[in-house]
Amino acid sequence: MSRTDAGEPFLQHHFATPEQQFEAGKIGMWLFLVTEILLFGGLFVGYGLMRSRNPAAFSEAHHHLDRILGLTNTVVLLVSSFTMVMAVHAARTDRRKRLVAFLALTLVFAGVFLGIKYIEYSHKFHEGLLPGKFYSHKGDTVPGQFQFFSFYFMMTGLHGIHILGGIGAILWVLRRSVQGHFSSRYYTPVDLVGLYWHLVDLIWIYLFPLLYLIS
Amino acid sequence: MSSDLSQTQHHGGPKLYAGVLAALLVLTAITVTASYVDFGSPAVNVVIALAIASIKASLVALYFMHLRYDKPLLSIIFVGGLFFLGLLLMLTMIDAGTRASVPYWNSKPPAGGPAAR
Repeated sequence: MSRTDAGEPFLQHHFATPEQQFEAGKIGMWLFLVTEILLFGGLFVGYGLMRSRNPAAFSEAHHHLDRILGLTNTVVLLVSSFTMVMAVHAARTDRRKRLVAFLALTLVFAGVFLGIKYIEYSHKFHEGLLPGKFYSHKGDTVPGQFQFFSFYFMMTGLHGIHILGGIGAILWVLRRSVQGHFSSRYYTPVDLVGLYWHLVDLIWIYLFPLLYLIS
Repeated sequence: MSSDLSQTQHHGGPKLYAGVLAALLVLTAITVTASYVDFGSPAVNVVIALAIASIKASLVALYFMHLRYDKPLLSIIFVGGLFFLGLLLMLTMIDAGTRASVPYWNSKPPAGGPAAR
């Protein structure tokens, strides 16, 4: 890391100004987020295709999901997005204690989300509501429900892995926040981790009605 | 030139963010309520659910992700990604819709799992 300018310890030598570095970072992050959208997009398209082929099985299978837990997780994730944007705002306005507090709060909500997900998954495992050939639920009146659970586990599973990745990223910026790296002059990592976290929230906004709210 | 990044950026403040969160929670309540209403066709329910989800996603992107206040290039990147997702969805559906007679899926779980034993 080049630290030629004592006044800007985090300005890399190939950028002219901190503004340019910040803008370049954001462009890179958005390009990455677009690839994430297309990664999940493949699953959404597959879901749409299979659901349109087998609407009865999807409608019947989704009754095995707990709407209350799904709704709770939606609210938890929306609130965690709010605490994340508050953390970014705290960094931008030089409030370092608030930055640490809001990042910690975001981590707590992420943990609650995963905890609820664990409860849901263990219930599905217990009932044999598993993807593809592992589906062993007895007494179905509508055939083909394993298809719904293939998508349920692939989509929420990939989303859950992203939550885990987000927790790792937030822990990293939290550590750097405690070390006092961030201020209104430099908070790019907080902003970019925030963008990532909001995207994870954004994907859940679509997963919730598609998986839990098939009427 | 000021090196204080906050001087060069216009973003919302806590009040705006709290308002956006409130709107997101209200829209969540609406989408849950709407799922219990019979609009005549299941397709209408899907369209309504996706429309509400898209309003929520727009709020998140515009305010939490600052797209409203950032340079237009970032919005172009985002909308460009959505465009290609739309292409993927549309062309796949057109393709699938014209080969309805091909039974490339079935209603039985693949063999070899616990259900088969």
